[in-house]
Amino acid sequence: MTMIERLRLAALVVAASAAMAASLCVTPAMAWEPTRNVEFIVPAGTGGGADQMARMIQGIIAKHNLMKQTMVVINKAGGAGGEGFLDIKGAKGNPNKLVITLSNLFTTPLATGIPFSWKDMTPVAMLALDEFVLWVNADSPYKTVQEYVAAIKAAPDGQFKMGGTGSKQEDQIITVALEKAIGKKMTYVPYKGGGEVAVQLVGKHIDSTVNNPIEAVAQWRAGKLRPLCVFDAKVLPYTDKIAGDQSWADIPTCKSQGLDIEYVMLRGVFMPAGAPKDAVDYYVELFKKVRATPEWAQLMKDGAFNQSFMTGADYAKWVEGEEKRHRDLMKEAGFLATN
Amino acid sequence: MESIGDLMGGFAVVLSWQNLLYMVIGIVLGVVIGVLPGLGGANGVAILLPLTFSMSPTSAIILLSCIYWGALFGGAITSILFNIPGEPWSVATTFDGHPMAQKGQAGEALTAAFTSSFVGALFAVIVITLAAPLVASFALQFGPAEKFSVFFLAFCSFVGMGKEPPTKTIAAMMLGFALAAVGTDTVTGQLRLTFGSTELLGGFDFLIAVIGLFGIGEILLTMEEGLSFKGKAAGINPAVVLQTWKELPRYWVTSLRSCLIGCWMGITPAGATPASFMSYGIAKRASKNGDKFGTGEIEGVIAPETAAHAAGTSALLPMLSLGVPGSPTAAVLLGGLLIWGLQPGPLLFVEQKEFVWGLIASMYLGNIVGLVVVLTMVPFFAAILRIPFAIIAPVILVICAIGAYTVHNNSFDVVMMLVFGIAGYFLKKCNYPLAPLVLAIVLGDKAEEAFRQSLLISQGSLGVFWSSGLVATIMSLGLIALFWPFLSNLYGRVLTPALRK
Repeated sequence: MTMIERLRLAALVVAASAAMAASLCVTPAMAWEPTRNVEFIVPAGTGGGADQMARMIQGIIAKHNLMKQTMVVINKAGGAGGEGFLDIKGAKGNPNKLVITLSNLFTTPLATGIPFSWKDMTPVAMLALDEFVLWVNADSPYKTVQEYVAAIKAAPDGQFKMGGTGSKQEDQIITVALEKAIGKKMTYVPYKGGGEVAVQLVGKHIDSTVNNPIEAVAQWRAGKLRPLCVFDAKVLPYTDKIAGDQSWADIPTCKSQGLDIEYVMLRGVFMPAGAPKDAVDYYVELFKKVRATPEWAQLMKDGAFNQSFMTGADYAKWVEGEEKRHRDLMKEAGFLATN
Repeated sequence: MESIGDLMGGFAVVLSWQNLLYMVIGIVLGVVIGVLPGLGGANGVAILLPLTFSMSPTSAIILLSCIYWGALFGGAITSILFNIPGEPWSVATTFDGHPMAQKGQAGEALTAAFTSSFVGALFAVIVITLAAPLVASFALQFGPAEKFSVFFLAFCSFVGMGKEPPTKTIAAMMLGFALAAVGTDTVTGQLRLTFGSTELLGGFDFLIAVIGLFGIGEILLTMEEGLSFKGKAAGINPAVVLQTWKELPRYWVTSLRSCLIGCWMGITPAGATPASFMSYGIAKRASKNGDKFGTGEIEGVIAPETAAHAAGTSALLPMLSLGVPGSPTAAVLLGGLLIWGLQPGPLLFVEQKEFVWGLIASMYLGNIVGLVVVLTMVPFFAAILRIPFAIIAPVILVICAIGAYTVHNNSFDVVMMLVFGIAGYFLKKCNYPLAPLVLAIVLGDKAEEAFRQSLLISQGSLGVFWSSGLVATIMSLGLIALFWPFLSNLYGRVLTPALRK
């Protein structure tokens, strides 16, 4: 504790002196600024995609002195992230609290009945969308989606194993959609983290995954995994060579390969309900600055993210549409909480 | 050998004044973090991570990994002095470390703990240096069934070895399993045993349970027995380190065995906590002083500490070569690697030679620096026991409360810690062992998850646990360990007379 305080103090001193320097040369005074440390809640464990992004943002803000106060990342992973969202729900009007979302914003209340929804929060900004790719082991005989689908169709139900992160969350939703498209059951094996899922596929304990690009890219580059298709509407824009002469842009969309499934995951930021408009505007500007840094550009490239950015009414409308879509998808899959 | 050349290159990278300074700062911070229960290595590293983004990746990883080494060292201190494990993997160190302190041998226990930690870490680093690719491919063979078999072995090597009746051991373990089941079930995504309470969503954190059961429980017991430490306080004796060192080589077999167990558990990756428990359990079986374990045997300090450090160090290997963290701290470091633009995975060793070998070189140096730092502090740590209990107890209580709060920044955890403390007091009074309870809380949900994943993959057939040579061997070892008292009894009764004839 004393150490944290000391660190916070040190960070404060650094931030304050930086802010003084900044005020001398550049910016005119902003309308609103955080009055104390800003808590950035991660409704997931350490080391996952959301956690990485939150810590990256924290690092970028510290490095480029984008905020006078310190940003503190706090993981509240309990109840599939419900713990983190309930914390935001209970902090009505608090302008110094943010939360980064993954799909559990929609899936957790639907699957577990933990009472929260995005309507209990103030949307700030969509930072990016995370892609999903269908992966198989590079040693497997399946070079295309068609070959893999044909193999699943030929085998008995449950023969092919799909590994994924968590239960009744994005990976399993995609798996169910896949089963529906193919007309055969697969065995879904839930793991705790995406990196683990990728390694289980390399070790041939499972047959395929729908890992996010950043979770599997290292194994792809090493020639251990093979991407079959990406679950987005259009091919990825990143043309740097990754494995051999292949780039992200060379992976076809699943739709073009006869699998009519689209899924992207929100990486967005919300605040407690009743947050003042000035505060929301402040954070939107802050995230715009974060997105303009070279570190952010590199992260987007490494993880082959879809770089959509939305704020305000557009963002809220998008989130509303996604919530409805998740409700439909999960209802179809039989994942809704019964109570 | 190519790797030796690479390692020398790594030393060249690390040996700058700036990096050495980071190393010392890291170790000292790490020891402080390790001493404070709750503020674990993972939290410490996570807090400091953003501060390192402006450094070069090599300096940053040196600073952060040294915090990690420091925390590994520091966890032993409170375990030995106050019976309060500062870190999960030092629970097993309390079993003999604290009785030693009660006998007035705190200095010896600390020296043994620190030295064993160093030996374990050194062994693990050498394994990493020489066999990184080989080891990485071994780790790939571990699917859910293999993981379950490792947990099974950890439990089995622990059952039936306490002084307490086996029924009480099993009762305590089952209570631990029940507590571990609270929260979100990974396999179905459903909430279990939360009774609609928001606080229980995340389940019982192992650290909170340990701080309460051991820390608070111990204070309550000591209060009842008249506000003083049982046994003698140690005198301040600067020569204690050297005296203990003379004794240590005698236990080389235990050390070597613990190193192997530790490396194996770190790489698979199961982590430092099961490694320390398993190593302690097996040492107790194998040692001719096994009966005296739990009363302050130095071997009972060497075994868990060596294994924990070997595991903690080798846990970094799967993180670097596969991108799978072997421990919570490794998970945070993994996030750091990605942020610095390094991609952990099979190619890291090829593409980022300077970074990887710099890190490995820093493991060698960091541990040496760490050993020197903590050993010089041994007499001071031991002297803490001379402070009257009436003064130190409130301090411990406050540190425990702060520690419990820090785990999740949640004040409900402090209440939970107190409840665990009272429970720990009654369990001890009724002669229920706490260790199996703790072991089950730590590994219960992981073991369950691996078990159910295995059955999903095998579509319900238990044969999956004997489906390959690797998993069958580990499962069989587990069964042998479980029935060992019975088997050795049989051996004594049937075979020995037969041989005599």
